Amino acid sequence: MGTRVISSTAAKLAAAAGLAAVAAYATVALAGPNDNELAVDGQKYMTEVPGAKDGPLEKVYSGWRFRNEATQAMQLDDFDNPGFTNVETGEQLWSTVDGEAGKSCESCHGDAAESMKGVRAQMPKWNEAAGKPLTLEHTINNCRTQNMKAAPWKWESNEMLSMTAFIGLQSRGMPVNVKTDGPMKAWHDKGKEIYYARVGQLDMSCSGCHEENYGKMIRADHLSQGQINGFPTYRSKWQKLGSIHRRFKGCMKNIRATPFKVGGDEFTALELYVASRGQGLSIETPAVRN
Amino acid sequence: MERVLSAAAVCLLTMGLVSQGVTAGPVTPAEVKISDGEIKTSLTGSAGSAVKGREWFKNRKLGNCLACHVNSELKEEQFHGEVGPALDGVAERWNEAQLRAIVVNSKIIFGEETMMPAFYRDGGFTRPLKKFKGKTILSAEQIEDIVAYLRTLKE
Repeated sequence: MGTRVISSTAAKLAAAAGLAAVAAYATVALAGPNDNELAVDGQKYMTEVPGAKDGPLEKVYSGWRFRNEATQAMQLDDFDNPGFTNVETGEQLWSTVDGEAGKSCESCHGDAAESMKGVRAQMPKWNEAAGKPLTLEHTINNCRTQNMKAAPWKWESNEMLSMTAFIGLQSRGMPVNVKTDGPMKAWHDKGKEIYYARVGQLDMSCSGCHEENYGKMIRADHLSQGQINGFPTYRSKWQKLGSIHRRFKGCMKNIRATPFKVGGDEFTALELYVASRGQGLSIETPAVRN
Repeated sequence: MERVLSAAAVCLLTMGLVSQGVTAGPVTPAEVKISDGEIKTSLTGSAGSAVKGREWFKNRKLGNCLACHVNSELKEEQFHGEVGPALDGVAERWNEAQLRAIVVNSKIIFGEETMMPAFYRDGGFTRPLKKFKGKTILSAEQIEDIVAYLRTLKE
């Protein structure tokens, strides 16, 4: 069976018909990703790319490929994608003056469609002044505090999620392309160490689920590779957009481990490493998951 | 009146056990002896309840065995995990002492690589959440209940 583009109408009908059958008890083993193709407004997205030669994954898959068709459909049409509420808010914030310097993002960066194109795909990125890699959230807050003389936004605030969604959208369809050499090497390696470390009372690592068992069901959840090319992502479980670090934190709590600090060095290193495992996947911001 | 009587009965029972030389309380995780992949005696000194074990098996906050294992005996539950092997007929593959050892700490049986958590271990974890620090996932009684339940899974 070849790949096919599911229409959002078909998916909605399927959902109405009761998609519970998708994960019905034991009889339907969802071994691996499905074959659907992601396209929005005629633009196709790479949800499957070959893994790096010396990398851990033979094939790299977007989390979209592990979702059921009802969830997938929400990302096929921007009008159905709940993440776009935040994109609109982000667009307004982009040109809203804030802080003592009397500037907006637009004052310096102009048209986001040009100036922000490709930014999400390279995050986290080395920042010479900070002497470390910065995530998109860090970079936005640096701009706010240093250039706009405005108060930083809280990591998981509606403003921050709206801005990361709006900026992220400007890279939609572009391949993940983070640097892991030079000064980034140590951070990449630190992230890798965290990825493979067994933690918590359940004594599990990221790799246990997302490298060794992706494609399998863990109770009601279809395990993906844990790729982060669609963040901030709208999750039906959250009923809103959430950041990469929020997702990391949730996973760590699931295995009864003390999460690292949101925005801290450990999660930044982990974000870099996880991003590097998804090199070449299309940015899907704002993606929709369950 | 009834309550007084039953309290008295519990006292008598406890004294009876003590006089027979049975230690009060279950074996602690540190005291558990696994040899040749087996734990021969009950952690509590008595047999578990298969009925209760069935509950712990599917309870998401306790054993949650169903998160990783298919089990046809629980077919009324919609979602069964696929990470570990199916447990249909598990009682025919392992004896009671082996099943107990696997639930207590499967790493001793399957090796460090196994993803299966140790359900009766209270230390040696990295960064455990505060509320679980120094605690086991299951109590000795719950372990015995699950072992009793697993013993019923025959094909």
